[in-house]
Amino acid sequence: MASSESLWSTLSAPLIRQNPVTLQILGICSALAVTTSLDTALTMAASLTVVVVVAAGVISLIRRHIPSAIRLIIQIIIIASIVIVIDQVLKAWFFELSQRLSVFVSLIATNCIVLGRTESFARSNPPLRSMVDALGSGLGYGLVLVLVGACRELFGMGKLLGMQVLPLAESGGWFTPLGLMLLAPSAFFLLGGLIWALRSIWPEQAEAPEFPPYSRGPTDTGEAR
Amino acid sequence: MADLNPVSLWRRFLATPNDGRAKTLIVAFLVSAICAVLVTGATVVLRPIQAQNRAAEQQARLEALIAAVPGMSDLIAEAGGDALSTLVVDLDAGAAAADVTPETLEAALSDPANWTSLAPADDVAGIGNRPDYAQIYLLRSGDAVSLVILPVVGTGYAGRIQALLALQGDMRTLAGIAVTEQSETPGLGARIEEPLWQQNFAGKQLFDDSGTYRFSVVRGSARTEFEVDGITGATRTSNAIGQMVRFWVGQKGYGPLMAAIRRGEF
Repeated sequence: MASSESLWSTLSAPLIRQNPVTLQILGICSALAVTTSLDTALTMAASLTVVVVVAAGVISLIRRHIPSAIRLIIQIIIIASIVIVIDQVLKAWFFELSQRLSVFVSLIATNCIVLGRTESFARSNPPLRSMVDALGSGLGYGLVLVLVGACRELFGMGKLLGMQVLPLAESGGWFTPLGLMLLAPSAFFLLGGLIWALRSIWPEQAEAPEFPPYSRGPTDTGEAR
Repeated sequence: MADLNPVSLWRRFLATPNDGRAKTLIVAFLVSAICAVLVTGATVVLRPIQAQNRAAEQQARLEALIAAVPGMSDLIAEAGGDALSTLVVDLDAGAAAADVTPETLEAALSDPANWTSLAPADDVAGIGNRPDYAQIYLLRSGDAVSLVILPVVGTGYAGRIQALLALQGDMRTLAGIAVTEQSETPGLGARIEEPLWQQNFAGKQLFDDSGTYRFSVVRGSARTEFEVDGITGATRTSNAIGQMVRFWVGQKGYGPLMAAIRRGEF
């Protein structure tokens, strides 16, 4: 069962080790915006996963007939159409959530993960494999979103999925919410910490520094300069 | 004789080289056409459900607003079932609109001629232009108007803020506010949606005894009956709410209407 095994690795590789957010640093923009609470993060992750899987499937189906001169335009058109359809569906059946996600669902169209997977994988692989790969990438993105979203909601509001977990100081408990967690910079901090942790576990993920620091020699301690 | 069988034509088309000019054009056209049909289909099929959602949302906010005004449910019960009347008003005239009804309001507002663009000096709420007609809600007790609910719109930190403003019959006292649409920062500016904050508005005065506008959303905590607490960390959202109220109760907003209600014309 070599093929099913490789399908499994196609699916699982982007979850943690090849995670599109932490390794390739893709899709950061929306990861900042929608992670103020866990439920928006979950909806966004689900929407992105659906978009990337469907887009990869469609593009993989017509991959032999996409003229290379206009391949990016064709991919973008397909992705954008799927995004609009999903946005409309959310507005019709998940009205409250769609109000909170506001423009970010439409911005999936510009999410680098989607175009990245269709351009680098779906364009040269059969539909099933492409969709499995896309599913993995979508779930990997979702995993990071959920982690960051849970941290921000827990420490920013003392809640998880809208339920009070930590009793707030203003209503008699002990927890003072950390307002910074609700602002975009905190997502940078959390993501940075996450990437640091992952690259400490797997040092091979760290990129070589582009500009190596000036070496002052072994005797220099670098103190008080 | 040329082969006109569509299946074999299609096969021949697929077999042409990918980078040929004809294939590039045809593929581009086909993909766009299919996507256009998909998008249009989804929009058209789902629009009624979305409109329903928005209307239900508006209605729910309206009911919540009325329920939150102290003593209001008693008033409604007193006045009997259908006490809240819906009315389209002409903002400049400050009177009921002659030829626009709630049913035709949407059509009227899709005509740019029914909008007034605001000079920068007048445009304190930062909305650019303003509709000439608005649908308001009136509650009467006896002959007098005891409450009006006015839809208002302003520009916040991250986007448009829509709200319903409830005024007591004296047209000076705020009875409440309900934010119906906003896209402010969650946890900070978005706290304008919290009932706890909105409760601050009930009973505040818009004008002092000489009729001068005094109401504002202040930084920190309110000290007078003209002030409402701002939201910490969301100064621009708080200011936007203050400016929105200032605009809509002013001369370019519902000012003429409020004057007419004060004169007892409703």
